[in-house]
Amino acid sequence: MSNEAVLQQHGAVITTHGEAHVHHHKETFITKYIFSQDHKMICKQFLITGMIWAILGGLMSVLFRLQLGYPDSTFPFLEDVFGKWAKGGKIQPEFYYALVTMHGTVLVFFVLTGGLSGTFANFLIPLQCGARDMASPFLNMLSYWFFFMASIVIFSSLFQETGPASGGWTVYPPLSALGDANEGSKAGMDFWIIGMALFVVSSLLGGLNYITTILNMRTKGMSMTRLPLTIWALFFTAILGVLSFPVLLSGLILLLFDRHFGTSFYLSDIFIASTGRALSNEGGSAILFQHLFWFLGHPEVYIIILPAMGLVSEVMAVNSRKPIFGYMAMVGSLFAIAVLAFLVWAHHMFVTGLNPLLGSVFVLLTLLIAVPSAIKVFNWLTTLWRGNIRFTPGMLFAIAFVSLFISGGLTGIFLGNSTLDIHLHDTYFVVAHFHIVMGVSAFFGMFCGVYHWFPKMFGRYLNNTMSYIHFWVTFMGAYLIFWPMHYEGLAGMPRRYVEYENWLSFHQFGDLNRFISTVAMVVFSVQLMFVFNFFYSIFKGRKVTTMNPWGANTLEWTAPIRPGHGNWIGEIPEVHRWAYDYGKDGREFIPQTEPIGPNESVH
Amino acid sequence: MSQAAIPAGAKWWSGGKSPYNVEYGKLMMWFFLMSDAFTFGAFLISYGTIRFSSNSWPNPNEVFRTFPGWKGEMPVPLAFVSLMTFILIMSSVTMVLAVANGHAGKRLEVAKWLGWTILGGIAFLSCQAWEWTHLHGEGAWWGRNPFMNIDGTQSSTNFTNFFFTITGFHGFHVFSGVIVNIIMLILVLRGTFDRRGHYLMIEKAGLYWHFVDLVWVFVFTCFYLL
Repeated sequence: MSNEAVLQQHGAVITTHGEAHVHHHKETFITKYIFSQDHKMICKQFLITGMIWAILGGLMSVLFRLQLGYPDSTFPFLEDVFGKWAKGGKIQPEFYYALVTMHGTVLVFFVLTGGLSGTFANFLIPLQCGARDMASPFLNMLSYWFFFMASIVIFSSLFQETGPASGGWTVYPPLSALGDANEGSKAGMDFWIIGMALFVVSSLLGGLNYITTILNMRTKGMSMTRLPLTIWALFFTAILGVLSFPVLLSGLILLLFDRHFGTSFYLSDIFIASTGRALSNEGGSAILFQHLFWFLGHPEVYIIILPAMGLVSEVMAVNSRKPIFGYMAMVGSLFAIAVLAFLVWAHHMFVTGLNPLLGSVFVLLTLLIAVPSAIKVFNWLTTLWRGNIRFTPGMLFAIAFVSLFISGGLTGIFLGNSTLDIHLHDTYFVVAHFHIVMGVSAFFGMFCGVYHWFPKMFGRYLNNTMSYIHFWVTFMGAYLIFWPMHYEGLAGMPRRYVEYENWLSFHQFGDLNRFISTVAMVVFSVQLMFVFNFFYSIFKGRKVTTMNPWGANTLEWTAPIRPGHGNWIGEIPEVHRWAYDYGKDGREFIPQTEPIGPNESVH
Repeated sequence: MSQAAIPAGAKWWSGGKSPYNVEYGKLMMWFFLMSDAFTFGAFLISYGTIRFSSNSWPNPNEVFRTFPGWKGEMPVPLAFVSLMTFILIMSSVTMVLAVANGHAGKRLEVAKWLGWTILGGIAFLSCQAWEWTHLHGEGAWWGRNPFMNIDGTQSSTNFTNFFFTITGFHGFHVFSGVIVNIIMLILVLRGTFDRRGHYLMIEKAGLYWHFVDLVWVFVFTCFYLL
């Protein structure tokens, strides 16, 4: 939809005052807050849905950390709440597996994909490109509601009598294909497949919109190379999503057929011990599913981390009062990561019996990712170098993101080696690696974005004291939780085990596990404090009084403090320069809308 | 608070259509088609993986040898599927004519060629329905494969599993395309695009239709020729 159409559709009347009141003739509670087509409202819908999922997903991890940290204790209150799943106050194995599976699914897809991309792509793309709304506000609305339906389906799977999916978030067949093999592979798995199919539709509708808006709806003067890095990152994220999620959909359709229509795409030569029955399926390949899954699964981790990288780049430049170092190198490395994302999936499959020669090719391609990643890290560090840093909460999270990305990235070099992977695969080393490099650091990118753009979203500030407490506890907690897991993993402690009683060699980690669990609970409670801060500040936070509180260059800060649907009063601003003219010619910052002066130096 | 309404015919900036100077909907369609190509790509690659890891596979020249109204087996293989393919490709040709007439703004011509395209799509779907019914009658279905491997050994069910899944998924795409085209036809006849001043929607529907045809070429190659 063109920019004019967005205005006409809503019968917009625009004031000449500081605040835009775009009057919608037929604006009701439903069209404004529920079936809204305003990208800013859709952003908030994604954000709040994502937060609800994050609390649930985090709570799941607290529950299974209880079991891992205190394997000998019983917690009668768990039985009161969960009944047979926590018989005698002890988390039952089936429950444990369901918890880790749903923790992974929820955090990876519903929080860090839907919640992160959905929030910031919706919020920033029109505002930073200079568009009144997305290319298709209607499809954008559908994108949220498909996400919502997917959420409902996955959420209801938690209440199945046989429990939700519990074969791991990667849902490998044959376990996930055979209801007889596992409680969670009964109805819960069908819910999982349907929920994910809806999620793929949501992601496709959103992604198409993001790409089209960025390519087609930029304001005058906003060439691609003047775009802020947030937009570049969201652009590559959307392309990754549009090209990788359909492959997951294909894989899940085949899985659904294997489950219900007697096909053998993934099944061959199976004997189920619980029923004592040999299955007639033959000719299928379980490895095929892993290929299809990881063809999505690997780009998926970049779908998670790229938006975080974009947010961090922007926030870091603004708060260092310096241009981002190596803008084109940043764009180029985003592009390189996006390409390599599709060429490394088999490094998740080194120990499946993959041909070692093929494995060595994937080792090479995997380690190549270190190059663009290192370029980005060095550029962030050099952006900080001799900057006039303002340690706002957003900036702290941005800096901590870089720290976490380095720590997690280095262990990626270990795991990318197919020989080392023989020892390290499926141990806590892997858990530590991916939680630090794409779990926690993507969360930090997300927090960085929320703290930085909250004033733009709600016209109020978050409470600073709570923000700083939130930051320091989360940051230290993240390292305290995941750093020790490296040692456990190197010692060979396998992941996904409900208890380690029978292995003498892991008894030494009993205290360490208790420590990790304790920190996890502390960190989780601090996240609840953040949620409180978030909702409290929406209504009671300190009001934003200036249009550009951070002194930033990008276009969203030229819009009114509480922009209406259509974003700008009067004409959309024209852009004359890139987004990173900080500390130039003796001026602290020069917004993108300011024409190049006659004596201005070249950056 | 003083409020100034936007003056009629106000010009807003709409710069920056590079690098692709096309209308947003067309861009969206192209990216959707790329996405969909990956869906089909995943299916066909899965099919290839399973087929080439099997010791042997049924011979399509023997499986697809019937024709409606012909008693027993035809002397030439693949006659019926060739007809289906011809119908679908011809419907692409009529779609091209509809789009071309849309550029010229000839409403009734567009409606005529769109009508033929819809007819072609329905004919293709009918053929597919017949073929599926026939194969089902021979005992083939998901999880059931009556056909022997080319080397005379017992075949796994994956020949029929993939056949019904992938041609079914393609048929579903053709079906959606027919629905889209019918909606387009109604809009054309009601003069919606004349009022709008352009027939871009027909072009976008055309892109989808050609894509579905193109996918059939690959499906046809994979299941009938190889």
